[in-house]
Amino acid sequence: MAIAVAIFSRLLKAAITLLAIAILNFFLVHAAPGDPATVLAGEAGAADPQMIADLKARFGLDQPFYIQLARYVGNIMTLDLGYSFRQGQPVLDLIMERLPATLILTLTAFWISLLAGVALGVAASARVGKFTDTLITGAALLFYATPLYWAALMAVLVFSVQLGWLPGFGYETVGSGYGGLARAWDILKHLILPALTLGLFFMAVYMRMTRASMLEVAQQDFVKTAKAKGLAPSIIRRRHILRNALLPVVTLAGLQAGQLVGGAVLTETVFAWPGIGRLMFESLAARDYNTILGVFLVSAAMVIVFNIITDLVYRLIDPRIGQKA
Amino acid sequence: MTFWKRFITNRGALFGLAILIAVLLLALLAPLLFPRGPWAMVQRPFLVPFSTDGLPLGTDTLGRDVLAGLVYGARVSLLVGLVSTVMALLIGVPLGALAGFYGKWVDEAAMRFTEFFQTIPNFALAIVLVAILEPSLTSITIAIAIVSWPPVARLVRAEVMSVTRREYVDAARLAGLSNMHILVRQVLPNTVSPIIVMASLMVATAILLESSLSFLGLGDPNIMSWGFQIGAARTVIRSAWWLSFFPGAAIVLTVLALNLIGEGLNDALNPHLSRKGRS
Repeated sequence: MAIAVAIFSRLLKAAITLLAIAILNFFLVHAAPGDPATVLAGEAGAADPQMIADLKARFGLDQPFYIQLARYVGNIMTLDLGYSFRQGQPVLDLIMERLPATLILTLTAFWISLLAGVALGVAASARVGKFTDTLITGAALLFYATPLYWAALMAVLVFSVQLGWLPGFGYETVGSGYGGLARAWDILKHLILPALTLGLFFMAVYMRMTRASMLEVAQQDFVKTAKAKGLAPSIIRRRHILRNALLPVVTLAGLQAGQLVGGAVLTETVFAWPGIGRLMFESLAARDYNTILGVFLVSAAMVIVFNIITDLVYRLIDPRIGQKA
Repeated sequence: MTFWKRFITNRGALFGLAILIAVLLLALLAPLLFPRGPWAMVQRPFLVPFSTDGLPLGTDTLGRDVLAGLVYGARVSLLVGLVSTVMALLIGVPLGALAGFYGKWVDEAAMRFTEFFQTIPNFALAIVLVAILEPSLTSITIAIAIVSWPPVARLVRAEVMSVTRREYVDAARLAGLSNMHILVRQVLPNTVSPIIVMASLMVATAILLESSLSFLGLGDPNIMSWGFQIGAARTVIRSAWWLSFFPGAAIVLTVLALNLIGEGLNDALNPHLSRKGRS
């Protein structure tokens, strides 16, 4: 019951947030220099007066402001994200075509960064002040300061250009004719560098959080009790400290998942990964605002879905949460 | 005194401070060091670093001095980082202070608003804002400020809430001071240290954001920046590694320096603040 109510309230909140983003998009279109129809047509539409006229009618630019807003938001709510004149396709089709690649990339990067971050954080906290700790926290500090796209470029330079170990470009080998397992292996090889470089920054974030949280929980009374009982330190760390220390890390991971989607724009640009981030980059150069706003909306929706999932995971890890709500 | 002693004994913070001062000096002296500016074509293109006298870091795809670009790029990074952080503070501090001080519906409304901005993916919103407002130094700074204020508001709200519960605030109320006076004169000064720590980390994040936007081609077209240098060299990475390597190293060093300073400030100002710093 409590879970059903919680899910319902989360979904309601998600719907309101999406509505607010749709309204924000509308104001952004109007904030752009020039009239909205020209803006949405982009460079491609500038030469065609008929297209502009169609757009004006579609947005009801002769209508009062609030009717324009209602129309725009109505369109978005019925999943009509407009038409990309540049690509000659509806924006929704463009995004759907490329969404799987982005999901594969961001989810892989998320799991790599979370698992590696937590493992390194636990390792550092177990040897606090020693060489291992200094090494791990130092590396995290460095990754934390490294721009995503630069890490990606340097990875291409070293592992792809110099060593030739991994492909540094694209989603799979073009024209290879691979099928089944061979194809999956091929995609996996293409996935390693983008996922690792996208996850690097977030790994540093999760590592720092895990380390701090482990050290904080280790001070609590129940840990002293466990020690007094004579339990082995490794068991205390795994069963007692880690389980409690993970809670703030999960919260943070849910919040940061959204930033992963943003970071994908940079990673996909460097690796020519055919996802929605790369689509956004291509649309920037073409000033295809309809597509840019569409990708923006969909990435916000992805964040909301991530957050709902985190919320549910949180309830599984800590049943006390459900009781309070 | 004690604050400085604690800060100076922190080796990391001192190292960060030294780097930041060096970057600051280079940025200020740029017009003296390279009077021809960062766009001048000084030699033939693609000169390898350390191969030609006077051009230690080589030349780029158009024969421009890479070092001159780096030095001028420092100006943009520091300026955008600083101004956008000040702007984010100007949004976040009053909002968080009012929410924390008045509570009830003011708090509810302010926090819903903040939550909304925290849900939107930061970088994607910054891209959309700069793309729509047309890339310029102003639009980049505004966009970065708009995406970075929410953690400030949350931090200030929490701090103000805890300070407002202290007894001296009750005393000030009894003395008949106005709400505004209490908030601005009595409460806010006691929340300054965590705000300073957060601000120094925000400058670092802002520099990363600015460079990422410039890398995507959303930088001010008239201004040389580190992100632009890397973005322009992206397609020639296989033949000219140094064009991407040096500007990136400059970003890493500067951001690292600011993060170290932030941690040093945090430890020096208040040893147990580190736990509150997270958003």
